[in-house]
Amino acid sequence: MSKFISAYYHDEEDLIKGVRQIRNQGIEPADVRTPFPVHGLDKAMGMKRSRLTRVAFAGGAIGGLIGFFFQAWVFTVAYPINFGGKPFFAVPSFMPVTFEMTVLFAAFSMVIAFFIHNKLGPGAKTIIYDEQVTDDRFQILIEADDLDEPEQQRIEKALKEAGAQGIQLTS
Amino acid sequence: MYVSPIREPLIKGNKDYSQVTRDIMAPMAGKPSKYWYMGMALAGAAALMGAWASYETVFNGIGTWGLNKTIGWAWDITNFVWWVGIGHAGTFISAILLLFRQKWRTSINRSAEAMTLIAIACAGFFPLIHMGRLLLGFFIFPYPNTRDLWVNFNSPLLWDVFAITTYFLVSLVFWYVGLIPDIGTVRDKAKNKIRKAIYGFLSFGWTGSARHWSRHETISLVLAGLAAPLVLSVHTIVSFDFATSVIPGWHTTIFPPYFVSGAIFSGFAMVLTLLIVARKALNLEDYITINHIESMNKIIILTGSIVGIAYLTEFFIAWYSGVEYEQYAFFNRAFGPYAWAYWIMMTCNVITPQLFWFKKIRTSLIATFIISIFVNIGMWFERFVIVVTSLHRDYLPSSWSMYKPTLVEVGLYIGTLGLFFTLFLLFIRIFPVIAIAEVKSVLKSSGEHQKHAHHE
Repeated sequence: MSKFISAYYHDEEDLIKGVRQIRNQGIEPADVRTPFPVHGLDKAMGMKRSRLTRVAFAGGAIGGLIGFFFQAWVFTVAYPINFGGKPFFAVPSFMPVTFEMTVLFAAFSMVIAFFIHNKLGPGAKTIIYDEQVTDDRFQILIEADDLDEPEQQRIEKALKEAGAQGIQLTS
Repeated sequence: MYVSPIREPLIKGNKDYSQVTRDIMAPMAGKPSKYWYMGMALAGAAALMGAWASYETVFNGIGTWGLNKTIGWAWDITNFVWWVGIGHAGTFISAILLLFRQKWRTSINRSAEAMTLIAIACAGFFPLIHMGRLLLGFFIFPYPNTRDLWVNFNSPLLWDVFAITTYFLVSLVFWYVGLIPDIGTVRDKAKNKIRKAIYGFLSFGWTGSARHWSRHETISLVLAGLAAPLVLSVHTIVSFDFATSVIPGWHTTIFPPYFVSGAIFSGFAMVLTLLIVARKALNLEDYITINHIESMNKIIILTGSIVGIAYLTEFFIAWYSGVEYEQYAFFNRAFGPYAWAYWIMMTCNVITPQLFWFKKIRTSLIATFIISIFVNIGMWFERFVIVVTSLHRDYLPSSWSMYKPTLVEVGLYIGTLGLFFTLFLLFIRIFPVIAIAEVKSVLKSSGEHQKHAHHE
């Protein structure tokens, strides 16, 4: 089990300032935990844009193609039925199902990718260091496993200067 | 120079974050109130009536309904379309209003989405029970089978299967993904071990990590982008059930937009009916304010007016088409044996919602509640009028007929109402009715009062 230096804030704007300040001093937080999505925090933490949208696009494309070609195969190869002399390969009437399959596959592939990427899911083993985090606390976690005493003190001092409260070691 | 007035805060009462958590979770804590049990008893009784009616239908067949050779669709499809329509408000609020950055949606999206899911379940029940042989319901899905037969992809009824299934699944995922952070909050507040374990499992191990939040925001936005055209497609496809047929009164190109706006119209009415009661009963008046009610009423005026114009357009086009059958179908709607249903529809959908042009009325809870009930009734009659009056006198006068529902059909409808309210009451107790995290993110525009609350 790894050890962390944990510090918390009461306000998201102080948190963003704090994160910026410690990152400028070369201290990289392992994780920042907040009760709600804080806008601007991803930039302050230097996060890249999520690529989940690409998964959604790929999933949607696969779903749409499966939907369209499956219908085409059924009506031209597997089981062509003559409905009042209408064409077997009736593209317009394949559209509703194609559209629904696109949406279904895009949504599900993206959400599944989200859970896998975040390692979340039913029965996922995650550690909650502070139960107030889902209520009103904004927590910074900094890995403290390989830190020697002076290094640790430097980080704690930097956090204090960055306005953090309740600085402590958690594991 | 005109200076626009400063907007009122979305959430009243100058609350801090933990106050929000406590307020919204309060209805889940402790023993349910006496009113909750009363509601549950009433809804349960209605659901039991539905169970009896389902038993009658399954064991004695569709003959227990008032259908005949001329009128093969009546209450069942009316109820189906009505319930699907009600579901549309939830997706509209959570998806389309999210894309339009309407922040007031955060107070109502969770309960409206729950309503969507329950309403789709109620809707899906009707086509299933109409099949007669319920156990063969899975025949509607294309799967390899010993009959060497595939489903008919040219049929709007089959499109419906795909549309409703997709709609339900995507709405479920959208709702649950939004719920996960709040389940995390419930887990962390739980005192009891079993409760903590159950909510811990349901929370999927949510930690509130900023990385997760960032991705959560991304997928919420994309899901909204997917759900927005989806919700429009669902009622479009439902309207195709009618529009692609050759029955006068059904065979019109105006149906898709007309059905979609009607669906959003009736959905918002149901959201208002539920939330006006819920905000009072659950002490959430600071979260679902008069401003929220007023905004919803504005959407009701808009969609109600679109529906009104659609009714008039239909009439004009029927006359203008010069087709005798089409003209008769519409004349018969307004002045035939079912004229009473038509005028109920007209009054409830076109006239009463126009009262919302008056600020006094659209900011009055009682007036809004009454008008929302009117709209619910009117939109039910709209579907009844479209389905039954178009069918009962089609082409040959020798096959003209009348339709009267039997007790079994009434029972099925009341049963779904019972199911709807039972599940909604359970939802209130199990999950937070308002999206806690989303409300916190719109709580303040400046960090000031939050800081003062803690630094003193």
